[in-house]
Amino acid sequence: MDKRKLEESFFKVLMVASTLIVVGSLLAVIGVVVLKGLPALNLSMITQTPTGGYYLGKEGGILNAIVGSLYVAGGATALAFVISLPIALYLQEYSGSRLASFTRLSLDVLWGVPSIVYGAFGFAFMLYLGLNTSLLWGIIVVALLVLPIMTRSMDEVVKMVSFGMKEASYALGATKLETLLNVVSRQALPGILTAVLLAFGRGIGDAASVLFVSGYTDYVPTSLFDPVATLPLAVFFQLGTPFPEVQQRAYASAVVLLGIVLLLSIVSRLATKKFTKYVIK
Amino acid sequence: MDKPHISVQNLNAFYEGRQVLKDITVDIPKNQITVIIGPSGCGKTTLLKTMNRLIDLVDGVKVTGKVYVDGINIFDDKVDVTNLRKRLGLIAQMPSPLPMSIYDNVAYGLRIHGAKNGKELDQTVESCLQASSLWNEVKDRLKEPASKLSVGQQQRLCLARALAVKPEVLLCDEPTSALDPISAQHIEKQLHVLKTDYTVVFVTHILRQAKRLADYVIFLYLGELVEHGPAETLFNNPRNPRTKAYIKGVIG
Repeated sequence: MDKRKLEESFFKVLMVASTLIVVGSLLAVIGVVVLKGLPALNLSMITQTPTGGYYLGKEGGILNAIVGSLYVAGGATALAFVISLPIALYLQEYSGSRLASFTRLSLDVLWGVPSIVYGAFGFAFMLYLGLNTSLLWGIIVVALLVLPIMTRSMDEVVKMVSFGMKEASYALGATKLETLLNVVSRQALPGILTAVLLAFGRGIGDAASVLFVSGYTDYVPTSLFDPVATLPLAVFFQLGTPFPEVQQRAYASAVVLLGIVLLLSIVSRLATKKFTKYVIK
Repeated sequence: MDKPHISVQNLNAFYEGRQVLKDITVDIPKNQITVIIGPSGCGKTTLLKTMNRLIDLVDGVKVTGKVYVDGINIFDDKVDVTNLRKRLGLIAQMPSPLPMSIYDNVAYGLRIHGAKNGKELDQTVESCLQASSLWNEVKDRLKEPASKLSVGQQQRLCLARALAVKPEVLLCDEPTSALDPISAQHIEKQLHVLKTDYTVVFVTHILRQAKRLADYVIFLYLGELVEHGPAETLFNNPRNPRTKAYIKGVIG
């Protein structure tokens, strides 16, 4: 066989193999978690908070962590969105300026900062102010964690809106703000939604950032200043016990976490379809 | 000639230091179709987009000189740019429907300038779609996305959208170059009707199209104003040798 054909088939094998590794890891992760967790998963697991001997293998559930995680990730996503959208729109409006490129660089660096560093940063801040661990601080720190992810993803989709489309709006006498709110954000809406989802997924799955700042509790928080339990930490603590039945519950908690993220992806896919109706291709 | 609608005086434009318009002085008559001709890259679009200051949006462009619309210099600090653009509508080279329904596309400009939903808005939308001869094709599907229209229909939608804000001038930047011949004909026919109410400035590099449309002609070559005058005179008795050469097809 000649050299070029050999090259061709070598790269074909490489591509297929790499793809198989990705798909394989996804299936393996889901498979292991579901196989180990499913036997322990039952209704009381997701409808009850832990009772006295829960961590010793007695009854109860992880409702505290499910609700807590939704609160933290939901709140953080909302907070990050309020900050991200203006930044993304600013970046597109002044994309050529020095401050804009510096902002992009800062966001890229922040994206790479490990979540435990965010946690430690929040913790130092709270110590300085003499504050207790709380839902509020969980939300703030996770918001900081997901902010760069959300902003840069939005930035990329907003950048795709063509100049011609914006010009059409300006040519009718629209201001920059009107154009951004009515035209640019509409055209970029599906992408913005994806950015929000990406951020939520990252936020709900992160353990290290909330480890120090939001504490852990067996109760569902009733105020922003209560400590809050989260699913990643629930997995962490349960897996750390010496009891096999509690360890199994850790996997069940992971199944719940996976389920939430999966459900959200499906719902948002359906929602995106509705929103893409008006998008100009 | 009556008082000009737009009067360009000593206009220079520089793009990143390169001069793309050289000391242009010309008047554009009211309620006529003025066609700006010249080969690609001669500054036609720059001249057109200066008239409603869309050129402000292009990075690295510097403009000197004066452009009077209805006797007021548009570069004056007191001029409200959004209002200026409302008065001088643009039909771009590529149709650019907005990401919304057919109805909302036409209503968009009106809503920006304060129109409320209701019968009056419905009527304006209908009359504008009729004026751009699109109404019969879309009247039963006004709520559908504008992206579902063909390219030719999209351009007529853009015309209706421009008409909706009741401009005085229509600036057309080769609006038929992306269209099929039938759609192009539609647009040209509408412009002939519309010139009774609007001043039309039409950029093209197609000589035959210029001859079909023009009442008044401006010939630009490499950023210079070579010759301008009533269509009949300019096409039949060009004075400048370069105009002669362009009309004969020797240059361009």
